Amino acid sequence: MAAVAHHEPFQTFLNAHSAAVLGFLRGIVGPADADDCFQETFMAAMRAYESLDGANPRSWVMAIARNKAIDHHRARARRPLPKAELPERAAPTEDRPDPELWGAVAGLPDKQRTAVALRFAADLRFREIGQTMGISEAAARRNVHEGLRKLRESVKMEVT
Amino acid sequence: MTRNDSLEQALAAGSGDLAHAAADAAARFAELAAAKGEAEVTYAQVDSPFGTTSVAATGSGVVAVGLPNRALDDFLDELAATVSPRIVEAPGALDEVRRELDQYFNGRREAFELKLDWQLVPGGFYRKVLRATARLPFGVTATYGEIAGKAGNPRAHRAAGTALGSNPLPIVVPCHRIVRSGGDPGNYGGGPDLKRRLLVLEGALSES
Repeated sequence: MAAVAHHEPFQTFLNAHSAAVLGFLRGIVGPADADDCFQETFMAAMRAYESLDGANPRSWVMAIARNKAIDHHRARARRPLPKAELPERAAPTEDRPDPELWGAVAGLPDKQRTAVALRFAADLRFREIGQTMGISEAAARRNVHEGLRKLRESVKMEVT
Repeated sequence: MTRNDSLEQALAAGSGDLAHAAADAAARFAELAAAKGEAEVTYAQVDSPFGTTSVAATGSGVVAVGLPNRALDDFLDELAATVSPRIVEAPGALDEVRRELDQYFNGRREAFELKLDWQLVPGGFYRKVLRATARLPFGVTATYGEIAGKAGNPRAHRAAGTALGSNPLPIVVPCHRIVRSGGDPGNYGGGPDLKRRLLVLEGALSES
């Protein structure tokens, strides 16, 4: 275990990032499934703790959370639901502050949805969003702004 | 402008219970990681009449005890550096350990029935000293010279003192029962006052 001896205790890491991870997952997979994805995210982070090695811990754990969210969406897509149970939109519930708004977020293209959730639900800076998504800071900023622009459009459309 | 702000504010307004929900989710994760053996070290805190004590265990047993004068962060940082950084707070996994410590601190237990992990104790004479110390019964004291003798080298009372001073398992390896030959309790990692109070708790010293 000498290779990881310089890492802080995992509990400290867990305490520092649990709210951001849960906030992001609530935004991206919905509150009902966020907890399962949270458990999978930190289990994977603990197993891979060595590979954190010098990276920004927040971006590193968010990238894992993003992968778990993608796995979750894929698993859900593979699992056909009986027609009557098909949700109209991606599971907005009362746990989320604004179900309609996050329902609209769920309708954004993947990169914009992820960037918006990382910016607002997890409170990451553009640089960290870029690191999480493996894109440049400028591209992260563009994805957030483009996502916001589309959200404004769809919110406007619903109002009129 | 106000429209932009309100959209961003609505997105940023995390549901009110996020902090609590995240703390709950983190606690569930920690217990799960401990139960599955993914966490290599688990720890918990135990309240006592002498202050808050920290205790950590591996799959092999109790590996370290932090006395009340030891800051939790220091305790965990040292474990991260010496045992493994895969440390989680899992009081559920340490139920039996916490119960036995609690009973001891409140005068309801004389001997511990806990498995110990000796990995933080160097081998050789140090380990012999601490193993001999672990066999000293409740309420019985020995001098540094006597414990050095039990460890196989009666003249090495100074080395015995050093070994006891670096005991990672105070309380469960009762180094507080080793006293100076003049009867003065002597030094203790948790402070001389705590040593005195533990000896009083065990009836080895009268309250003064």
